[in-house]
Amino acid sequence: MKFRTFAAFVGPSVALMILFIAMPLASVFVQSFQVTRVIYEEIEVESCTPGFVAQTCVTETRLQPVVDDQGDMVVETEFVGFGSYINVLEPDRLAEALGEASWSRLMGIDFWKALRFTLTFTLVTLPLVLGTGLAIALAVNSVARSIRGQVIFVSLLPFIITPVIGALSIRWLFIGDGILTALLEWALDRDIAMFAQAWTIELMMLIYRVWHVAPFAFVVFYAGLQTVNSDTLESAVVDGASRFERLRYVIVPHLMPLIVFVALIHLMDAYRVFEEIVGFSSQAHVISLQWLTYDLLTPDQSGSRSISRASASAMLTMVGIVILLVPLLRKTWRDHRLGRI
Amino acid sequence: MALSKFAVATAAALMATGAWAECAFENPVPVKALTAGFAAWKVVTASMAECGNFEAELDQDFRLKQPAAFEANPSLYHIGGVSNSPFVPLYDQGTIRPLDDLVEKFGQDISPIQLIKLDGNVWAIAMMVNAQHLMYRSDILDELGIDVPATYEEVLDAAAKIKAAGVVEYPMGGTYKSGWNLGMEFINLYLGMGGEFFGESFAPAVNNDTGIATLETMKRITEYLDPEYLVSDSTYVQQQFQQGKIALANLWQSRAAAMDNPQESQVVGKVGMASAPMGSVRPSSTLWWDGIVIAKNITDEEAEAAFQVALEGMDSETITANNDTAVWLVDGFVPGAAAQGAIATAENGAAPFPASKAMGLMHTALGNIVSDYLTGATSAEEALAKVEAAYTTSAKDAGLL
Repeated sequence: MKFRTFAAFVGPSVALMILFIAMPLASVFVQSFQVTRVIYEEIEVESCTPGFVAQTCVTETRLQPVVDDQGDMVVETEFVGFGSYINVLEPDRLAEALGEASWSRLMGIDFWKALRFTLTFTLVTLPLVLGTGLAIALAVNSVARSIRGQVIFVSLLPFIITPVIGALSIRWLFIGDGILTALLEWALDRDIAMFAQAWTIELMMLIYRVWHVAPFAFVVFYAGLQTVNSDTLESAVVDGASRFERLRYVIVPHLMPLIVFVALIHLMDAYRVFEEIVGFSSQAHVISLQWLTYDLLTPDQSGSRSISRASASAMLTMVGIVILLVPLLRKTWRDHRLGRI
Repeated sequence: MALSKFAVATAAALMATGAWAECAFENPVPVKALTAGFAAWKVVTASMAECGNFEAELDQDFRLKQPAAFEANPSLYHIGGVSNSPFVPLYDQGTIRPLDDLVEKFGQDISPIQLIKLDGNVWAIAMMVNAQHLMYRSDILDELGIDVPATYEEVLDAAAKIKAAGVVEYPMGGTYKSGWNLGMEFINLYLGMGGEFFGESFAPAVNNDTGIATLETMKRITEYLDPEYLVSDSTYVQQQFQQGKIALANLWQSRAAAMDNPQESQVVGKVGMASAPMGSVRPSSTLWWDGIVIAKNITDEEAEAAFQVALEGMDSETITANNDTAVWLVDGFVPGAAAQGAIATAENGAAPFPASKAMGLMHTALGNIVSDYLTGATSAEEALAKVEAAYTTSAKDAGLL
C-alpha cells in the first residue's frame, strides 16, 4: 500500500486518538503534578439561622474565599512534584505497616486496600473466564446443529446486559431479605446477611463478573473452534489420543493466540473494575483503584474535588495495567518476531 | 452514594395552561429547581408546580450536583433546595444571589425567622427545621415495661431487653450507610459528648478520648442493628420501622409522618417520638434548616419569577394542608404529635449543625473512615488518626491549611 493511501486511511483515526486519548492523558499527567487551591481569608461574620422558636444569630470566624473584581474566586496553581502521588500511596504508613508486618494496617490504607482487591479480582476472574468461555464453546460446538442457534443466543444474553444494571439486579436479589438470600436462608436454615462482610460481597462480585464476561470469551473461542483442522483431529483419534489429550495437544495450541487476546482484553477490563463497587454500594467493605479515582473526583461534602490526587491515582492505575500486560505483550511480540502470527 | 441517583430521581413537569386555581401568581418564564427528595420537598415542589412553567428535580444527591450546576452560566437551575451544609459551597463560590431586594418586593408573608443571614445579607429562605431524634415503638416498650430511653446507655439497655424478648427482627435501626450518613452519626454522638472538631486555625482535633468514646458507643449500637447497616440510609430505616422490623432508631424528623401513613406503614399509631438521646453535654443530634436559594447566573426577570414560585410553594396554604410532614417555619404551622421529638431535642439544647468548609471536609473523612473501625479492620485510635490524616490532606489540597 502506498504511504499516502495508508495515511489517508489511518489519519482520521490517529487524529481522533490524539484528540480524545493522548491529549486528555497528557492533561491528566500534568495535573497530577499540580495542585490548584482556592485562597481563603479568615473573617468575622454574623450569621443567623432559624432555631425552633427564635432565630439564633452568632458571630463566628469564617474562612471565606478571596474574590476578584469579577466576583470569581481567586485560585493559585502550584507545582507539587510527586506530592499528590505520595498522598495517594502514603509511603509513611506503608513503611509502618510493613515494619510491623501488619496486614490489617496495610489494609487500612485506601490505595493498597484497593490494589489488593483489584489484583485479586483480576487474577481470580481471568482463569475462570477463560475456562468457562472455553467450556461453553466446546459444549456448544458439540450440540446438535438444529438447536445450536438458540443455545448460542441464550449463552450470549449475560454479555448484552448493561454492567451497572446487572450489578444492581444482583444487589436487589441478595440485599436484606432479597429473594435469593431468603432462598439460601430457607435452604441452609440460618440467618444470612450477604452485604454484612467483605468476603461474601467479593464472592458475589467475582461470580457476577465471570457470568457477565464468559460469553465474550465463548464467542471468540467458538469462532476459533470452527477453524481447527479436522484432519489433525482425526489423525489424533487414529493415534489413540483421548478426548482430553486432543484438547490439550491440538485444540488449545490452535486457540492460543485467541486465548492471549481474550486474556489481554480481560486484564485491561478487570483491572478497571468499577461497576460492581457502585452497583453493590460496597465502598465500606471493598474498594477498587478505579473507584478510588472516581471518589477523589466526586465533590465531597464541602463541594471540593481532589483533582490532583485523582489524576495521580489515574496515572497509577494506568501504570498498573501496563505492568500486568507486559508478560502477555512480550509473548505476543516474541511470537510475532518468530513469524508464528 | 451513587445509588440514590437511580432510586430517588423523580421529575415533576407541568406546563402552564392558565387554570391554576391554587397559585395566585401565573409564572411567565420557565423555572427549574434541584432539591432533596424527602417528603417535605415533594409537597413544596408539587405546590410550586401549580404556578406553571416549572420543573423540579428531586434527588438525594443534590448536594453533589448543586455546586457545578449553579456555577454554569446560565445556571442549570433557578431554585436550589439547600440545608445548612450544602449552602456553604454555593455561598463560597458566589453562585447564589442576595435576596434582600426580592424579600422587600415580594416577601410580605415571610416571617423573620425564615431569613438565613450571613454578613448582613439574606441568602436563603428557610421553610422548615429538621433534626434526628429518637423514634420508638410505644407498644413494644409498654409491653416490656421499658421507660422511654433518655441517654444512649438507656437506649442500649432497652435494645438488650427487646432483643431478649425477640419481638422484632432487630432491636434498633440506624442511618449508618457509609459516607454522609455514617459521618453524621459520628458528629451527632461526638457533639453530644461535648467534642470539638478543630483546634487552632482549623487543625483537626478528633483523635481524643471523646472521639474514642464516640466510636465505642457506635460499635455497641451496631450490635443491635441489621448486620447490613453500612448500606442503610434514612429511607431504609424508615421502611424497617414501617414494616415492623425494628423498635428504636435515631431518625430524621422529616421521616416521622411516614410512620403514620396507612398506605405504607404497618405500625400506624405505634411509633412514639422523643428527644434524641442525651450525651454528657447535649442531645446526640444537630439542628438543620431546609430552604431555598436563588441562582446568581440567571436574569433578574427569571430570579423574580423563581422567587415568587418558591414562595408560592411554601405558603401557608400548602403548609397547613401538610401540617405533619415537617416542622415548618411558616405561619400557620401547628406542631402535632410528629413534631414532638424534634421540639424536645431542641428544648434539651441540641446545637445547630456547625456547617463550614472545614466541617464539610471533616464530615467526608469521617463518613469514609469510621466504617474501618466498625468492621474491625482498625482500632479506634488508628481510625481517628486516619481521619485526621485524610482531613489534613484534603484541607491542604483545598487551601484551608
